[in-house]
Amino acid sequence: MPEFEPVLTARWGNADAVSIDGYLETGGYRALGKALATSPPALIEEVKASGLRGRGGAGFPTGTKWSFIPQSTGKPVYVVVNADESEPGTFNNRELLERDPHQVLEGLAIACWAVQCHTAFIYCRGEFVWPASVVERAVAEAYDRGYLGRGVAGSDFDLDVVVHRGAGAYICGEETALLESLEGRRGQPRLRPPFPVTDGLYGCPTVINNVETLSCVPHIVDRGATWFAGIGTEKSTGPKVFSISGKVNRPGNYEAPLGTTARALIEEHAGGISGGRALKAWTPGGSSTPYLTADHLDTPMDFEAVMAAGSLLGTGAMIVLDETDCIVDATLRFTQFYAHESCGKCTPCREGTWWMSRVMGRMENGHGRGEDIELMRDMGQNMLFKSFCALADGAVSPIDSSIKYFREEYEEHVRLGRCPFKDEPGAASVTDRTGGTTGSLAQVLPEGREVQLGEVLG
Amino acid sequence: MTAPEGPVLSGPVRELADRIVAKYPVARSALVPLLYLVQSEVGWVPREGMREVAEILGLTTAEVEAVATFYTMLKLQPSGRYVISVCTNPSCSLLGGRRLYERARDVLGEASERVTDDGLFTVEEEECLAACDAAPVVTVNYTYFDRVTEEQLEGMIAGIREGRVPEASRGGVPGDLREVSRLLSGERSLPGPERQPASATGDDGA
Repeated sequence: MPEFEPVLTARWGNADAVSIDGYLETGGYRALGKALATSPPALIEEVKASGLRGRGGAGFPTGTKWSFIPQSTGKPVYVVVNADESEPGTFNNRELLERDPHQVLEGLAIACWAVQCHTAFIYCRGEFVWPASVVERAVAEAYDRGYLGRGVAGSDFDLDVVVHRGAGAYICGEETALLESLEGRRGQPRLRPPFPVTDGLYGCPTVINNVETLSCVPHIVDRGATWFAGIGTEKSTGPKVFSISGKVNRPGNYEAPLGTTARALIEEHAGGISGGRALKAWTPGGSSTPYLTADHLDTPMDFEAVMAAGSLLGTGAMIVLDETDCIVDATLRFTQFYAHESCGKCTPCREGTWWMSRVMGRMENGHGRGEDIELMRDMGQNMLFKSFCALADGAVSPIDSSIKYFREEYEEHVRLGRCPFKDEPGAASVTDRTGGTTGSLAQVLPEGREVQLGEVLG
Repeated sequence: MTAPEGPVLSGPVRELADRIVAKYPVARSALVPLLYLVQSEVGWVPREGMREVAEILGLTTAEVEAVATFYTMLKLQPSGRYVISVCTNPSCSLLGGRRLYERARDVLGEASERVTDDGLFTVEEEECLAACDAAPVVTVNYTYFDRVTEEQLEGMIAGIREGRVPEASRGGVPGDLREVSRLLSGERSLPGPERQPASATGDDGA
């Protein structure tokens, strides 16, 4: 296999490329001109042929999504960039925005031409004060140079781009919650169908694409679908920026073809496990994807292979735990995250994540009971696929998978009455993220009550 | 800081509010940006500000409040001028994020959960900030500081107390919460005079 040359991160070493002059000097906006000389249907076919799949987690084919946009409704079409990057462990969108903002804008402009959209939005998470400022500056530059606004790049095509900043809510990365938020409402997911491609922003046909997905688009147009499809595997094509964090020597974003093994990413790109310790567990695509273990290191990181290994590629965010890390503690913290970020709309999620964080909390704090392991599995069954969006499903992932691979570690917490990774009983510093008291479930519920939870939630 | 006596969005700020509303095809999309504008004027979002935003957008105050209470970056009670957010999600806590958070709480005391007596600080335990390569991450008014040690965190706090706000890893020296809220309102990405957003829904009444 020939050596892989970075595509999406090719300009990262070039600080000048953040500005439009530096971007133009390195071939920027060439693809936009080419796209504008191509008919929208032909452009959509090209993106379909590239095999590009959404990089935000779901992996839906991008060209197919664009082709679903109806053109005869009499309503405007909208394109929204999902830059609400919040999945724990994921940080490639932030760096793509900070280091190469025009690449995203060019991909966005091409997408807008393909679906005939004249007003697009970039929804940046509120905490991205600086990355969003970089994007705002890039948008202003693009207007000044005629790559946005009236007559994009000398064509008859008009396009306005509005940068919108969120205000702190993980759920707004879910595409229908994002639309609600952009419409000035609480960020709570909508029931689907209808899907955003027909009933999206303001009830109009809407494409929502991730930052990394759109960053791929100029390269597909510039170098061709065949070239793009030649990277990666047959069904998972193209390059991917993997975010590797936790106990590795060189945490960071690493671009590699889809299908690169987890071992190559963790051991070579990220420099292996810090301190020469042994790997214990890792997530392939953020905290919402089930943990895998050292036994899965040879898994190719593509949509199909990771699913075959029992997890999901998600965002390609690999959080790495080593042998000295407590799986119960890490999972508790993820569970608290979901309890905190549940939007509250659907009962199985709102109640389930809260109770899960309680039971996980008492487990880590040494008050766990033998039956808690089955209790959590039962609660998980009552949460999975029962809500409008996948947040609750994501919450079940780390719990179910940690029980699957590290059941004995849970049992040891129960047997010892404390966390075996901490010195003193009750030394676990578990802060409560849900607004209640810290500590065991027994403080909240009378003895014996919690075993009925499954029935209550079911 | 207590709630203001006069209107929050008046004069040039009211004009800015109108320009922010104008960049959206449907006015209600400007709801959160306008609440940021209120926060930039008051330092937090009092109910009076929500009432004014409701009036501008043709909504009820309850509708605005329902949105305001959903988002953590809108402060519904007096907040410190510098919001220190410490990520304790696993990528950061594996590398000391939780100890950092506890240190911040130790140094600034229990009051920092709301606001310290000097009005300078609010400490928040933050969820993943999408910068795990730089774990553990701390933000000051949502501006990122990479790989922060406990000593550095104490130094940052001491610096802010003395009026020397430290320079962030990217994005320069963070402004105070009012300045950053102004930025968050979108004041730097306003449409030029020639930009006229198309009708939002294809219906005249939209």
